[in-house]
Amino acid sequence: MFDLTGKCALVTGASGGLGSAIARALHGAGATVGLSGTRVEPLKALAEDLGERAHVLPCDLSDRAALEALPKQAIEAMGSLDILVNNAGITRDGLMMRMGDDQWDQVLEVNLGAAMRLSRGALRGMMKARWGRIVNISSIVGATGNPGQANYAAAKAGLVGFSKSLAAEVASRGITVNAVAPGFITTAMTDVLKDDQKTALLANVPAGRMGEPDEIAAAVLYLASPEAGYVTGATLHVNGGMAML
Amino acid sequence: MSDTADRVRKIVVEHLGVEEDKVTENASFIDDLGADSLDTVELVMAFEEEFGIEIPDDAAETIQTFGDAVKFISEAQ
Repeated sequence: MFDLTGKCALVTGASGGLGSAIARALHGAGATVGLSGTRVEPLKALAEDLGERAHVLPCDLSDRAALEALPKQAIEAMGSLDILVNNAGITRDGLMMRMGDDQWDQVLEVNLGAAMRLSRGALRGMMKARWGRIVNISSIVGATGNPGQANYAAAKAGLVGFSKSLAAEVASRGITVNAVAPGFITTAMTDVLKDDQKTALLANVPAGRMGEPDEIAAAVLYLASPEAGYVTGATLHVNGGMAML
Repeated sequence: MSDTADRVRKIVVEHLGVEEDKVTENASFIDDLGADSLDTVELVMAFEEEFGIEIPDDAAETIQTFGDAVKFISEAQ
């Protein structure tokens, strides 16, 4: 089950907690992985740790020229691009009334715009190969909203609509497009929460704990696998029951 | 047949997996050669790449047949 031998996967935000776990899971299933991110050192460390079949592909996703080039670089490095995981995300939290245009634009550009541009770049090869997997990392807040995160929630909800539309366009070519919506997961992004904030959040999580990056990675691995070929346009919520959608 | 027509035909044959002799002047990509809407987009992108030209969406819509494609590309080059 879930054998990705011979497949090549590009993971954005691979220097982060979720991204590195996703890259490890895909690599562990036999895939060649392209590790993209802005921080080169953690990417190199991860690549060294993974050993063979790992390539470092630094990219600043707010740089459109670099974004356009990334799928080509991935294909040059790995030979093909069969699986794209749009994981990279940034937050610029603040209450809506005080939110600056740049706070909005940056979050939409990196979290949503980059996913569109990378998908566009990856699709040509997938169409020709008649096989492809695009997995977009959304978020629970895209479905429920969250005060202070109007920009982030809008981008993450946008990824769901984007995934569904693209899924319908390319399903006939053996390409699936799905989203994974993590709840509260132990990463650098949630480390900034104070203990009382975490306690309050966990009160709403039936599982009674935060999720682990590996638990998101497993969902991505499933959606990237040949076995999930009939699953497309779906959002897989991995949130400990926090929102049962 | 011009060189352009040969190159266009090669792309059509490769992409749609049809016999070369089916790709005639008036052959419609969709009605005669079995293309769907996604195929026509892919064909247009393949033409753009092969000939180094840009085919705007409104022009792409007018390219219905093999002959249309050859004519448009010949004029655009």
